[in-house]
Amino acid sequence: MVPNVIRDYGDRALLLECESSEQVLALADALRQHQLPGVLDIVPAARTVLLTLAGPHDQATTRQRLTRLPAEPADSGARESSEVLIEVIYDGPDLADVAAHTGLTVTEVIETHTATPWRVGFGGFAPGFAYLIGGDPRLAVPRRTDPRTAVPAGSVGLAGEFSGIYPRQSPGGWQLIGRTDAVLWDIDRPQPALLEPGMWVRFHAVAAR
Amino acid sequence: MITLEVVRTGPLALLEDLGRPGLAHVGVTRSGAADRRAHRLANRLVANPNDRATVEITLGGFAARVHGGDVDIAVTGADAGPAVDGMPFGTNSIHHVRDGEVISLGAPITGLRSYLAVRGGITVDPVLGSRSYDSMSAIGPRPLRPGDVLPVGEHTERYPELDQAPVAAIVDDLLELRVVPGPRDDWFTDPDALVRTDWVATDRSDRIGMRLAGQPLAYRRPDRQLPSEGATRGAIQVPPSGQPVILGPDHPVTGGYPVIGVLADADTDTVAQIRPGQMVRLRWTRPRIAAGNSAAWYS
Repeated sequence: MVPNVIRDYGDRALLLECESSEQVLALADALRQHQLPGVLDIVPAARTVLLTLAGPHDQATTRQRLTRLPAEPADSGARESSEVLIEVIYDGPDLADVAAHTGLTVTEVIETHTATPWRVGFGGFAPGFAYLIGGDPRLAVPRRTDPRTAVPAGSVGLAGEFSGIYPRQSPGGWQLIGRTDAVLWDIDRPQPALLEPGMWVRFHAVAAR
Repeated sequence: MITLEVVRTGPLALLEDLGRPGLAHVGVTRSGAADRRAHRLANRLVANPNDRATVEITLGGFAARVHGGDVDIAVTGADAGPAVDGMPFGTNSIHHVRDGEVISLGAPITGLRSYLAVRGGITVDPVLGSRSYDSMSAIGPRPLRPGDVLPVGEHTERYPELDQAPVAAIVDDLLELRVVPGPRDDWFTDPDALVRTDWVATDRSDRIGMRLAGQPLAYRRPDRQLPSEGATRGAIQVPPSGQPVILGPDHPVTGGYPVIGVLADADTDTVAQIRPGQMVRLRWTRPRIAAGNSAAWYS
């Protein structure tokens, strides 16, 4: 598992480029397992992994160590211990628009969103927010042209190839298809984020209460 | 127990230490003192470890009364004329303050942020391992308010070694900062315009980012979108407006605008003292290679 391109990112970080989001996850997994010395943060994103380093002298040594990262077995993307189940009430304000855009019926949108597992690719927009990848490509929709100033916490949305859940009320431009009671971020939990990169997520439709 | 009671905060007073590394993958940025150099010096003057929390005071105006015993303090960074019960004592030096006395800062003439360290450190409860306030996600001890009571911790056995530290004056006119080219310099029609332009720091600047104004930089292909990628403090992001933003300590952990270059880490402390209206010039740390791939390595 060696990145395709390694770029200097200032004098305290390296940007590793990957071909696909699957390669990003495999590389981030390998980096977490091998715990390279001098690496402070491993930040997976859509097609890259950023490594922030303790000092400027760590750039050259980390480059060398990266070339010697052992190749991961092919099952590095396999489902690990658990899958997080998220119960969703599918009554989002953009459900009809998503159906119109995808050419599916509203029922088919819900079935497609729940039929296959998603995987946490990366975080970043807010603490506890997870960009979910690997869903059915038929669900790819553009962001709303007119972002909302306040999206409620727990809103389940779609944007581009991603699905995601708003951890708390915030502005946002994703197409909202439903809502959940799951608490995505709780700073008083030992693991504040419910979803971390690499975890699997399955959505389950429930009736409104 | 020794405490500081906040009397006045000035425009903004925050508790900061060296931040919370290791959580970027769940969306939590590092945060921490904007001018880490001044923060470390303040701690060193009072024989604290580097990671003890100090008060980061933006544009002076802070005052606090000492309760419960005497303390040793130091104020570094922007010189805001620190005083105890009205008697000035000078920045970058250790000073003894008696129970009941009031530490106060005026307005700095140059620079933006001053750091007040107390021997023993400010020991409010840490959040996710740090006492830093992250202004983007509102994580950590909230901005200080008059009436807040800040506990002072036990100090170490180490004794202060310096009375006064020599520190280069904060520059208040044209400032030069060093930039490592890339990773996305090849996204611009003329990346070297970054180092030829005299930029002005705007007042739309905070701990998340400092916005510069000048001749806009142009994307090579305006229709192309960069997938989000991880960022660090000091990264120079260029949004479609073409006006660069230098990311600060509370930057978003990932961003979708191309980063034309990244400041040398040491120079990000200098940025923390830049005032709106100040002129900034940027210099590549090494020649840029036209392909934009100077730093690339192929397997």
